[in-house]
Amino acid sequence: MPERNPLDPEQGPIAPGGGYGAGMDLAASDADTLEYPESHGQEPGGPAGKPRSLWSDAWRDLRRNPVFIISVLIILFLVFISLWPGTIATQDPLQANLQKAQAGPEAGHPFGFDQQGRDVYTRVVYGARASVTVGVCATLGVVLLGSVLGGLAGFFGGWWDAILSRISDVFFGIPVVLGGLVFLSVVTNSTVWPVVGFMVLLGWPQIARIARGSVITARQNDYVQAARALGAGNSRMLLRHIAPNAVAPVIVVGTIALGTYIALEATLSYLGVGLKPPTVSWGIDISDASNQIRNAPHMLLWPAGALSLTVLAFIMLGDAVRDALDPKLR
Amino acid sequence: MATSVELSTEEGGTEGGPLLDVRNLHVEFRTREGVARAVNGVDYSVDAGETLAVLGESGSGKSVTAQAIMGILDSPPGFVTQGKIIFQGRDMLKLSGEERRKVRGARMAMIFQDALSSLNPVLNVGEQLGEMFTVHRGLSRKQARAKAVELMERVRIPAAKERVRSYPHQFSGGMRQRVMIAMAMALEPELIIADEPTTALDVTVQAQVMDLLADLQREYNMGLILITHDLGVVADVADKIAVMYAGRIVETSPVHDIYAKPAHPYTKGLLDSIPRLDQKGQELYAIKGLPPNLLHIPPGCAFNPRCPLAQDVCRTEVPPLYRVSRDRASACHFWKEVVGDDSAPADKA
Repeated sequence: MPERNPLDPEQGPIAPGGGYGAGMDLAASDADTLEYPESHGQEPGGPAGKPRSLWSDAWRDLRRNPVFIISVLIILFLVFISLWPGTIATQDPLQANLQKAQAGPEAGHPFGFDQQGRDVYTRVVYGARASVTVGVCATLGVVLLGSVLGGLAGFFGGWWDAILSRISDVFFGIPVVLGGLVFLSVVTNSTVWPVVGFMVLLGWPQIARIARGSVITARQNDYVQAARALGAGNSRMLLRHIAPNAVAPVIVVGTIALGTYIALEATLSYLGVGLKPPTVSWGIDISDASNQIRNAPHMLLWPAGALSLTVLAFIMLGDAVRDALDPKLR
Repeated sequence: MATSVELSTEEGGTEGGPLLDVRNLHVEFRTREGVARAVNGVDYSVDAGETLAVLGESGSGKSVTAQAIMGILDSPPGFVTQGKIIFQGRDMLKLSGEERRKVRGARMAMIFQDALSSLNPVLNVGEQLGEMFTVHRGLSRKQARAKAVELMERVRIPAAKERVRSYPHQFSGGMRQRVMIAMAMALEPELIIADEPTTALDVTVQAQVMDLLADLQREYNMGLILITHDLGVVADVADKIAVMYAGRIVETSPVHDIYAKPAHPYTKGLLDSIPRLDQKGQELYAIKGLPPNLLHIPPGCAFNPRCPLAQDVCRTEVPPLYRVSRDRASACHFWKEVVGDDSAPADKA
């Protein structure tokens, strides 16, 4: 992560002591007022203005935002331990030592033991994998399905839009937890995929609505009309002119949703219909611990803390991304 | 009234006819409030190398006519209900959607009013210019970029090589409009429709952009339809003028005659409402009233509620286009009085 060093030459012409906002504004207004290209045939400061796209602007904003940096560090760490949990947890999350059941922290076991004498620290580390996998896969599925369906509905309108809107209303109407109890209670598969599938099934209307709305807004822009007047066909207009201008809200909502899907996985696992042992999941551990909250609070504390931190990190990331992509909301 | 020879558009076959021939075009918008008749029988034609200025207030149907010609009407709610748009001998309204798409950009192109909103903010100008070549000509991205630089030089954008990767918001208004013009010019179309190309620009930049457009038009011998509400812009560049009101053409004329002797009270009103140095200190003339609601166009001559010369006949009979001289026409029952009257605005009495 680049440091926010005010003297960093890479960060452009920023007056020392001036906030980056002030520096940027000055540079921009200079370029505007100094421009007499029409009459002088050349543009003062023209080449100095490096090409800046929406994305590179957003990136500039993001890398100066401490909320973004903190959340990204947490998330990178989570991703790391879910890929290689063995690097920081050398024990086996399934190894049970009943003699130590519910015992508190001791040397080599900083978080203590659970009901069956398994090491809580190891289980918390290994539990990240289930959470991150479910969160990432569910979000990808929801974003892909939702933005394709919603985007097409917004672009073409008419009967396709009408049918899709009604279908998404139906899925919206299903309470998530009730739906989970109904759909997932019949599943015996202990992998993450039934849970991911269920989340995609119930989650896509949220993204579809946002994608539809933002495609409708982008579609009305003059440049889409102009592209049409210059001979662009439907697919080109949609993919090249509308989609890049409509994708920002989808990214923002998708990032925040990732956190909520992780929480939802824990909720479903807690209720016994999400992931099932022997899969290691924070939700399952929280569920096991909840009966013992008075005797062994550490069993609840650590998985619940990890879950909260993870959800918080994704929601913070979503906030930061929203600020960067849509400065008007600030 | 004796010489009420209606201007007909019967002559002019497909071969050797004008570049673009719009005949009796009707466009309506079917809205929830009712049917808005935006264009009610427009006839005009443009030859190669010729500039037609279409003049009118907001809502007079000038832009809608242009959109119908381009085939980019939002449909629904907009529908062409009658008429022909003959371009290079083919009736555009009879082509399939795909055939029309191939005409757009390659054979006829359009320049929009606000270049900032007409350029895609997430693509740099090189990508947008190059797109013309990748879509229509199948060039590679690299070749297209080279073409884009060439185009930017052709519309006199300084430092084109460096600026080809810049984004629209990094250009000044005049430069953006040049990019727009370059995009429209890219495939050397035979016809360009410029919809108020200079309205969003500073006055000094306006003249430069108009000059550029006129130069390019001469160079490539294109037909140009210049849509504007600004009589000042038109005078230097247009060959002929069509004045529109409430979806109809009320006067057509070569450009210089119309300034000297307007033949329709509406045109006269427009001319009289231009501030002039020799009238300093006097109150500026304004046409009374408002343009008609297109849902309820008044019967007879649509201009009659605002017309100082209106008589009973104007409230009942739609005036045809009377031939004023060889190449002029006016849709006013009393065009003779209008042309003959050289004094101050007619309703001063």
